[in-house]
Amino acid sequence: MAEFKLPANSTVRKDGRLFKAPAEAKNVRVFRIYRYDPDSPENPRMDTYEVDMDSCGPMVLDALIKIKNEIDSTLTFRRSCREGICGSCAMNIDGRNGLACISACADVKNEVRIYPLPHLPVIKDLVPDLTAFYAQYASIKPWLQTRTPAPPDAERLQSKEDQLKVDRPSACILCACCSTSCPSYWWNSDRYLGPAALLAAYRWIVDSRDEASGERLDELMDPFRLYRCHTIMNCTEACPKDLNPAQAIGQIKQMLAHREH
Amino acid sequence: MSSLRSPLGEALGRGSAHAGTAHWWRQRVSAVALIPLTLWFLLSLLMLPDLSYLTVRAWLATPFSAFLAMLLVVVLAYHAELGTRVVVEDYVHAPGMRTLILQLLRWVYVLGAGLAVFAILRITFAAPVT
Repeated sequence: MAEFKLPANSTVRKDGRLFKAPAEAKNVRVFRIYRYDPDSPENPRMDTYEVDMDSCGPMVLDALIKIKNEIDSTLTFRRSCREGICGSCAMNIDGRNGLACISACADVKNEVRIYPLPHLPVIKDLVPDLTAFYAQYASIKPWLQTRTPAPPDAERLQSKEDQLKVDRPSACILCACCSTSCPSYWWNSDRYLGPAALLAAYRWIVDSRDEASGERLDELMDPFRLYRCHTIMNCTEACPKDLNPAQAIGQIKQMLAHREH
Repeated sequence: MSSLRSPLGEALGRGSAHAGTAHWWRQRVSAVALIPLTLWFLLSLLMLPDLSYLTVRAWLATPFSAFLAMLLVVVLAYHAELGTRVVVEDYVHAPGMRTLILQLLRWVYVLGAGLAVFAILRITFAAPVT
C-alpha cells in the first residue's frame, strides 16, 4: 500500500531547540525550521529561531541566511542566485512549495514554518535528495532530436509562432516544487514521471524543430509514466515561475488520443 | 537504496507499456454517456405516479425502459471498473496484491452487471404482471 505514515526514523521529535532573539529586538518573527542531521542517530526535530526583522531582508531566504550567519551555522540549505532563476532554494514554506528567495516573510502569517520539499529522502535539514527527480528528467531525452541534418551554414529555423509554443515551457528551472506538491508523485514517484519531467517532455514534443515527437509520445504512453496524472493541478498552483505543467500534461494526453482517431 | 543500478536505469525501469490512452479515452466517453443515461433513469422514476414495486416493474418491462436500463447498468459497471482500477493502481503497490485486487474488482463488476441485465431481461420478457 501507499505509505501514509512517516517511517519510524522520520517522525519529528517534539523537543527542538529554541534560539531567543536579542533582548533589544523590537520586530521579532518566529521561524520553525525542520532539522535533520544524518550523522546523528536522532530523529528530525523542529528548531525555533526568533529573528530580529529590523536587521533582516524581506525574503525567507534572507532570514535563512541571517540565521546561518548569526544564530546557528549548522543550518543547512541550498541557495544560489537569490532571484528565482536557479531553483536551488525550493522548500516547503508555510505549507506551500516555493522558492525561499522570492517568498516574502510578510506573506506568511504568524510563525514561518519551513520544511524540505515533501516526500523526498532528506540529505540534511532543508536539502532533499533530487537524484531520482533529475534522472526522470534525463529519461525523457531533454534535447533536440532530428533526422534532417542541420543546414551547413545556418541555424535550424523556427517561426515566431512556433517559438511561442516552447517559450513558456522552456522557462522551467527544475526546482521540483511542482512534482513534490503532487500527491500522485508522492505515491508513485518510482514510476510516474511527475509534472516537471512531463512539462519538459511537452516542451520538446511541441518544438517545431524536433523530429522525434512520435517516439517521445510512444515513451510517455504508459499507465504510470503519464496517466498517473489525475489533473489535481497542485503543480500549476505550486510553480514559482507561473508555468502550467497541468495544462502541458493535458495537451500530451490529447495528442495521444488524437493520433488514435 | 541498496541497488547499485544507475539513477537513469531506475527511472527508465522496464520502459513504456505503450498503453493507457485507450483506458483514459474510454473513461471519459463512458462518463459522458452516463450523464444522459442517469438523467433519464432518475427523471423517469420521478415521473412515475408512485414508486411501488408493481409500478416500477411495469415501467421497467417496457422495451424502451428495459433497453436503456441495461445500457445504464453496463456502462456504469464499465466506468466503475475503469475508475476503481486507477484508484488501486495509485495506492496498492505490491504487484501480486495489485493484480489480485484488480481481477477481483473486474469480476465483481462483471457479475453485478450480468446479474442486473439478467434481471431486467427476465422482467421485460416475463408475462405482464396483472
